[in-house]
Amino acid sequence: MDLDDQANVNRLAEETGKDEMIVLLGQPDPNSAGLFAETVTRGDPTWAGPLAGVPLGLPVYHILEEEIKETMDPDLYQEHVGLMELSADVDEIVKWVKFYREGGGVG
Amino acid sequence: MAVPAILHTAYVLAHAPDFVRYGSKPTRELAANPSLLQQMTAALRPWDQVVAYPPNQVFIGNLSPDDLAAIPRPWLDHPVAEASPQGPFGQIITQAALYGLMMLCDDFELLTISERLAEQARAAVVGFEGRRDKIVGVDDGRLAALIAGNEGLTLYHDGEVAGFIRTVHELDPSLDAHVLFENLACKATAVQAVSDLLAGGPIDPVDVDYLLNTGEEAVGDRYQRGGGSLSKAVGEVVGCLNATGADIKAFCAAPVHAINMAGAMVASGLHEYVVVLGGGSQAKMGMKFRAHLRNGVPVMEDCLASMAFVVGPDDGSGARLRLDVTGKHPIGAGSSAQAVYQALVVDPLVRAGMGMTDVDRYAVELHNPEITEPGDSGDVPKTNYRTLAAMAVLRGEIERGAMDEFVASRGMPGFSPTQGHIPAGVPYLGHALAAMRSGEIRRAMIVAKGSLFLGRMTQLVDGVSFLIESPNDD
Amino acid sequence: MDLKGMQVVAIGEREGINGPSLKLLAESAGAKVVFSVTQCFV
Repeated sequence: MDLDDQANVNRLAEETGKDEMIVLLGQPDPNSAGLFAETVTRGDPTWAGPLAGVPLGLPVYHILEEEIKETMDPDLYQEHVGLMELSADVDEIVKWVKFYREGGGVG
Repeated sequence: MAVPAILHTAYVLAHAPDFVRYGSKPTRELAANPSLLQQMTAALRPWDQVVAYPPNQVFIGNLSPDDLAAIPRPWLDHPVAEASPQGPFGQIITQAALYGLMMLCDDFELLTISERLAEQARAAVVGFEGRRDKIVGVDDGRLAALIAGNEGLTLYHDGEVAGFIRTVHELDPSLDAHVLFENLACKATAVQAVSDLLAGGPIDPVDVDYLLNTGEEAVGDRYQRGGGSLSKAVGEVVGCLNATGADIKAFCAAPVHAINMAGAMVASGLHEYVVVLGGGSQAKMGMKFRAHLRNGVPVMEDCLASMAFVVGPDDGSGARLRLDVTGKHPIGAGSSAQAVYQALVVDPLVRAGMGMTDVDRYAVELHNPEITEPGDSGDVPKTNYRTLAAMAVLRGEIERGAMDEFVASRGMPGFSPTQGHIPAGVPYLGHALAAMRSGEIRRAMIVAKGSLFLGRMTQLVDGVSFLIESPNDD
Repeated sequence: MDLKGMQVVAIGEREGINGPSLKLLAESAGAKVVFSVTQCFV
């Protein structure tokens, strides 16, 4: 993740607290979605940015997850995400984001 | 009104392992952690491996994108036997040749190289009579004194100190040695591409009326950072005595914007022959080197890439540019993937009475996935092709089960270095011309996107496209 | 999952769903988007 963005996420997490905050992702493939989910939960795995070694443990979701989709305006969702629902490997993306959200990869 | 066509193409890869350390990412990371240099240097590829690397062979035309699709990944493990650095529409040049080109492109004595390197450079550079006498070196003592006594950037060849580029003005960051190094590398690689284009093409240098450079380098001084241009500077070196030119800045989408503009210039009669060109992006060398090191693969962003195209009146030899089937992503279109592809691909085709399956091949941003995947950046062309296929499903042109087939037959694997504007669909143009001449395809669409938001002046993305057609398609 | 009243950090990608789209969608669910960005890897 861009280093500037890591710093912003870090600051917002400190200001807001993770009970009222979620990170919402829009990456098109499982590896990049996993990388971002890992960065905001365990810390930056590339050890390049401000979140290196900073396990924020933020609740992270992907826009393709059913429980996110059902909270959103259906027409708007179809317009913006309809194509990706068809083109992306939805199961794998959701699997990896959920893995990190639920504490996977720790230890 | 003349019908515009893309008449000829040329591509260059300049293998520059000693330039990698001065890419934007390596410069920052090595400053923070100097011990990485040794690790990075050890992971750079030798010349033979770079030449034999299958995606590079596709870039210069010795292999087709379909040939590449048939080679198992990782392509690193499947070098092409007896690979040549010369291809039907491109070539791979050595770092010594690149230094030579930079010397002969340097009109302000910015760059100094050692005598030993100058000797190698003179042997490696072909042509450029009238300028090649600028490729001279200094002895090691003078080079050492220059480095010790001046602000600038020390340059290397085969891991040894071999040159220096000076900072012009310490109080002008736009004329800092690092910036000038990037600009001179861009100019030099563009010069090789335009020279090759005109040496092997249908027109002579003096026939070129206008040059459009699409590289991303910011040429200028502190009062107009990025306000200058390289087009005329390149044309001067290759003898385009009747041309002027301007640079087109549109991030990665610039080459497609420029080809559309060139087509319009030709069609309107403003100019007869326009050359669209793009030099290499030094800033992107080694951009993903940390990920490559982590994954135990070579540092693959080791080549500067450049390209050039002749756009002129259709003479039956090239690919017709259908100016009535160009796409643009307008400001008001919305930035969802669907809105982008509707504007770039579907709208122009529908306007011309066509559907998505009337296009034989789409060329999107052709980044080599072997470079991007180790950094978890995904396979950019594949993602784009799957999105196009999903668009065809939503339009009812293909069944959902036919998406993979759509991607395989109308798409292609990425084979371009991650050099910013270079991968913007246009690396396919050489192959497209060949496939049209052989009757293999009738139509191809080139689609490029630009990340305008990176400059922090807008959240918008940009995109443009064009359709080319076989001249035999009457 | 209820996004109503939640503070959302939206991290989009050019080749996927970008920041502005994520923002619109999260707002349609009643969330407050405190930060939205689009990444480009190339």
